[in-house]
Amino acid sequence: MSINRVLIYSLLGFVALIYLLPLVVMLITSLKDLDEIRTGTLLSLPQSLNFDAWGKAWGTACTGVSCEGLKGYFWNSVLIVVPAVVISTILGALNGYVLTKWKFKGSDLFFGMLLIGTMIPFQVILLPMARTLGFLGLSGTTSGLIMVHVIYGLAFTTLFFRNYYISIPNELVNAARIDGAGFWLIFWRIIIPVSIPIIVVSVIWQFTQIWNDFLFGVVYSSGDSQPITVALNNLVNTSTGIKEYNVDMAAAIIAALPTLLVYVVAGKYFVKGLTAGAVKG
Amino acid sequence: MKKKSSAPRQSLGNLLPKLVVAPTFVIAIIFIYGFMLLNAWLSFSSSRLLPTYDWAGTIQYEKLFANDRWWVAAENLLLFGGLFIVICLLLGLFLAIFLDQKIRAEGAIRTIYLYPMALSFIVTGTAWKWILNPELGVQRLVREMGFESFTFDWLVNTEMAIYTVVIAGVWQSSGFVMALCLAGLRGIDDNIIKAAKVDGASMPLIYRKIIIPGLRPVFFSALIVLTHIAIKSFDLIVALTGGGPGFATDVPATFMYTYSFTRGQIGLGSAASMMMLMAVAAIIVPYLYSELRKKKDEH
Repeated sequence: MSINRVLIYSLLGFVALIYLLPLVVMLITSLKDLDEIRTGTLLSLPQSLNFDAWGKAWGTACTGVSCEGLKGYFWNSVLIVVPAVVISTILGALNGYVLTKWKFKGSDLFFGMLLIGTMIPFQVILLPMARTLGFLGLSGTTSGLIMVHVIYGLAFTTLFFRNYYISIPNELVNAARIDGAGFWLIFWRIIIPVSIPIIVVSVIWQFTQIWNDFLFGVVYSSGDSQPITVALNNLVNTSTGIKEYNVDMAAAIIAALPTLLVYVVAGKYFVKGLTAGAVKG
Repeated sequence: MKKKSSAPRQSLGNLLPKLVVAPTFVIAIIFIYGFMLLNAWLSFSSSRLLPTYDWAGTIQYEKLFANDRWWVAAENLLLFGGLFIVICLLLGLFLAIFLDQKIRAEGAIRTIYLYPMALSFIVTGTAWKWILNPELGVQRLVREMGFESFTFDWLVNTEMAIYTVVIAGVWQSSGFVMALCLAGLRGIDDNIIKAAKVDGASMPLIYRKIIIPGLRPVFFSALIVLTHIAIKSFDLIVALTGGGPGFATDVPATFMYTYSFTRGQIGLGSAASMMMLMAVAAIIVPYLYSELRKKKDEH
């Protein structure tokens, strides 16, 4: 190995270590007790494996006024994420199908209009949306948050499917049409069977976005309907007596686990989702 | 007979695709464009605790521009955004170039560089808040290593706190630029590089003159996405500094939230959000314009 290679490998390894450190520190801290935290350093290892902080973060830590840990909020997030991901992906697939295989006058304009929806800062719609949710009686409810996430996720899912379907040859669809197949039959028999990769990309993207969302969660939910990111922030900032850094870190890892797991299992698709919007506009 | 039965089917067939996209169309009109207009109206109204749709001229904008806190927020965005974007781009590019040297375990290293992107900014903020803790965090670690007088209190230092946001932001997002650049590098034609080598060009020269200029579109996309992340950044600041100490790390997004939802100044909050929209537009519109022109040139 030349000296250059050694340099490159050590540099890459060093940077990788730095990227990993925060996660390692979180994990170590979550396994210590408060005495060990007070006397040790960020990187000093715990004396024994102590999962008390994890139990507390999940079941009894205080998030504002209530002291029932993160578990309820974790399930809130699941209840918000699952329907929002399913609905926005199905609608995105249908939109993409129409926008590439059943183009009509103005369909390109419609797509362009929708694209702008991926770019606006959501602060611009926060206030009118708050009013609308109140008007519909959905303020502070899980259904309200599902609705918001579907609406503002649609532009992204449509973009994914449209850019994917545009590479499916039109001849395939036209041939089926001549054979008498209709809109739905073509969708089910021809389009959907080749859509698995892009469905995975869309589901992962939406899952990560919605699970990690804080802005909509903090504005449109209250008390029992809060998603986990909001609860985590409340937990960390609840100041009742001693600051329990180990519980904070355990809670942060719990909040991060679902998306981390998805990333580890399906990283390839995760990267595709990240780059799909950026590279192919 | 045949004609008769196929005629209505034909028209239904024409109508069906439009019917399928109609819900999305209506949603976009109301919830994107309608809301943007309503929000614009709010910013010209006298709304305080409750939204009132009247006309008060530019009073909210005048109040906004006379608000010191707003200018701190705007300045912070420039400072944070500028550093965040430049460091992410440079770091991403260099990591990609190094990773592109036929590295063993490339997949594993790439995975490590990119995993922060899967995390919520709230998680990132919480983690870095602990690491940068002025007593027990990095400061303690370095002092224990023998540097007794080492101080690192950026998190609670009014002047330096904004840089902690840069650190956490770069940690979270630089892997994304790396992934984009790596994909770009893989897309560059090997033959050009081989030809340049035959002509006696050195590798650094090839990178400077051929490869990095070839990455321009990738850089451009990354720039757009990073700018977008910077302007919208809200959760990271809430979790890491809470906008503090005082309001030293306020950015437009936290300013807008504070005034709209905790201080009962809806008019002022909507004016702030309109300024954010204009900042995004100032970046996106030229980008879209150049993309559209490119497409026209191709045809």
